[in-house]
Amino acid sequence: MSEPFEPLIIGFTCNWCSYRAADLAGTSREKYPPNIRLIRLMCSGRLDPTFVLKALAGGADGVLITGCHPGECHYLEQNFKALRRYLLLRRLLTQMGVEPARVRLVWASAAEGVRLAAEIDRFVEEVRRLGPLNWPAVVSENGAEMPEPATEVTA
Amino acid sequence: MSKERIGVYVCHCGSNIAGVVDVAEVARWASEALQDDGVVVARDYKFMCSSLGQELIEADIREQGLTRVVVAACSPHLHEHTFRKATERGGLNPYLCEMVSIREQVSWVHTDRHKATEKAKALVAGGVERVVHHEPLEPIRVPINEATLVVGGGIAGIQAALEIADSGYPVYLVEREPSIGGHMAQFDKTFPTLDCAACILTPKMVSVGDHPNITLLTWSEVEQVDGYVGNFEVTIRKKARYVNEELCTGCGICEEKCPKRVIDNVYEAGLGYRKAVYRPFPQAVPKYPVIDTKNCIYFERGKCKACQIFCPTKAIDFEQEDQIIQVKVGNIILATGYDLFDARRIPQLGYGRLANVFTSLEFERMCNAAGPTNGEIVLRDGVTKPQSVAIIHCVGSRDRNYNNYCSVICCMSSLKFAHLVKERTGAEVYNFYIDMRTAFKDYDEFYQKVLSEGTHFIRGRVAEVTDAARLPGEEGKLIVQCEDTFIGKQRRIPVDMVILSAGLEPRRDAKEVAKKFGISCSADSWFIEKHPKLDPVATMTEGIFIAGACQGPKDIPASVSQGAAAAARVLSHIQQKELSLEPVRASVIEEKCSGCRICNGLCPFNAIIFHEDRRVTEINPALCQGCGTCVAACPSGAITGTQFSNEQVLAQLEGLLKIPVNGSSARLPEPELA
Repeated sequence: MSEPFEPLIIGFTCNWCSYRAADLAGTSREKYPPNIRLIRLMCSGRLDPTFVLKALAGGADGVLITGCHPGECHYLEQNFKALRRYLLLRRLLTQMGVEPARVRLVWASAAEGVRLAAEIDRFVEEVRRLGPLNWPAVVSENGAEMPEPATEVTA
Repeated sequence: MSKERIGVYVCHCGSNIAGVVDVAEVARWASEALQDDGVVVARDYKFMCSSLGQELIEADIREQGLTRVVVAACSPHLHEHTFRKATERGGLNPYLCEMVSIREQVSWVHTDRHKATEKAKALVAGGVERVVHHEPLEPIRVPINEATLVVGGGIAGIQAALEIADSGYPVYLVEREPSIGGHMAQFDKTFPTLDCAACILTPKMVSVGDHPNITLLTWSEVEQVDGYVGNFEVTIRKKARYVNEELCTGCGICEEKCPKRVIDNVYEAGLGYRKAVYRPFPQAVPKYPVIDTKNCIYFERGKCKACQIFCPTKAIDFEQEDQIIQVKVGNIILATGYDLFDARRIPQLGYGRLANVFTSLEFERMCNAAGPTNGEIVLRDGVTKPQSVAIIHCVGSRDRNYNNYCSVICCMSSLKFAHLVKERTGAEVYNFYIDMRTAFKDYDEFYQKVLSEGTHFIRGRVAEVTDAARLPGEEGKLIVQCEDTFIGKQRRIPVDMVILSAGLEPRRDAKEVAKKFGISCSADSWFIEKHPKLDPVATMTEGIFIAGACQGPKDIPASVSQGAAAAARVLSHIQQKELSLEPVRASVIEEKCSGCRICNGLCPFNAIIFHEDRRVTEINPALCQGCGTCVAACPSGAITGTQFSNEQVLAQLEGLLKIPVNGSSARLPEPELA
């Protein structure tokens, strides 16, 4: 073994609360591990569950979804729709043989920079404990053969 | 190979970014590793947001024929606009620029230089992949309604309303109490000049009441806010006054004749009485009284009607009902003020238990010549003048058990109390403080003056106020137990009267109000401004401004300044006549829409319309707010959202996954082949 396992986490953040919480974590110099990389969406309701699956299939070991607290959505109630999709997505992941704990939904308001940093901290540790996802192996174990990657077209 | 020509600009932000991230390495890496993605130039620069930094981008666009720009610097919430402008000046559509946050999300939150640099590279890769899918966009232009809604009739709201109305534009001023004036109307003297609050406030209140451009809605509350900047529709509940405003002359006979006395917990802070039909104070604006149905004998038992019988103009109307008023406004200013910290929450200070412990607001009323004691400083019995008075600072402020913040005004108001007690009673005065905070103009001079008057200042937090005498001379007194940190000893100081300088707290319903208007609250519940230094009166929601103590504790001069500042911002909107909004909107590609109607129920703004005849869905761009929930839901991929399309998000994702946390080799999911 060369280096200890460092999980790669993708975070989908809503523009109004949690992205600003991330900004606030920055301005107040809160520290959290560099394993997370954020993608800004306008709202957690914009999160297409496909994004999460693509992230996991593309090499992420975990996905953090963050939105405004229930009842505080900038778009009134769209975070509830994110919650619905999240719950379904976790069941889907279980059926695919992926630990549902690799995907987490966290509410963080624009004022909760400290909380967001702590949540990231905790999540990174939990995914570290789960180990690498290794998506292709997991999926082929479930019976479906991984399609051969298309042969490289050499120009 | 991308057909776009992309420029990547990595900012040092002085040492803010460069101190942790190897910015030169990020730029070098981008210019080499991201060549295939279209990067033709990558530079690092000390301050990208400086005019020289921006000119760098403009020159590259022109000379190198760039078609896309990626700036890796601070949060897009800070400088996206700056770099879009620079991109535009270079000759590109401003929306072809993408910002990557490597300050708030990298250098300020990580310490490991290698890992931070690797993360910055990954974020840049994400930005480069994403920007390829950006489209040239035009901002959405919306007309601005000239009318403004001001919520809260305290000094900040009054100032804001007058500034706008004086400029010739209509204002709706909504106040929940029967009269405007707010907390300032309760005060006697104002620090540091000791001019009387009423003398400087009431002329302004009268101007509001008389102003042809101001529609004053007191005893009213905002129920609902719809729409967006320039085009808000506000529903206001005008509570029944049971007094016909057309007929009432404000003579006050009804108040005189009303047999029911009620303790006035709002205006008199519980120290005095009012009637069941009342105006909070004689100079109230508007002059019309209100019947308090909870205490009115007629509403309780169906008998009395003394006010109606004696009213010379037949203005009392027991049948009156709440009115729902709809107004259309372009901008909204919230100036909802503060609540005083409830000193009962600190039981050891004795408020509510020991009669002669008063709150600052009670003392203000006591000092006021028009107040319940006619300005006499007396004990709770109403006659005895105190021989000695303790004033306790920071009650509920700078205390981790209650509020961590400093309430700003209490040092100065405590000094003012000390002066007034000395002046009016000659009593010994003890001020118990943690730190003396007398910033701002002429404040410290006032402190010096109070010092020279012989007030005792004891630095230390008060442990307890008690009436349990232990030593001779303490009988019948209130004893203030405190550590004097200057002499390093515990002291017990017997006094006749204790004044608690209670801190300021956000309004109890601040969270609810924030939600109604679509703005955010801090963890303490103060309203959050757009930028703490550079944009203190705007909020994240376009067209909604905040002023005064609802944003955080502040004194009268600061509240007035903010009221005027918010008005200036609104006037600027009005004079622009129309405003450009971010073109983040969803739209339906009709050919792809299967008419399944899954999206139809998802929009809380009713922007999604279904055409029965053609069996397709359409999105009204004027109502769409751009959240993208419908985009995520569409099973046919028929809905796209500008700036956050599937292609953009997935491309960014691909870029972010290019680099593992530890090293710089590309990591791709390889199936393990046996």
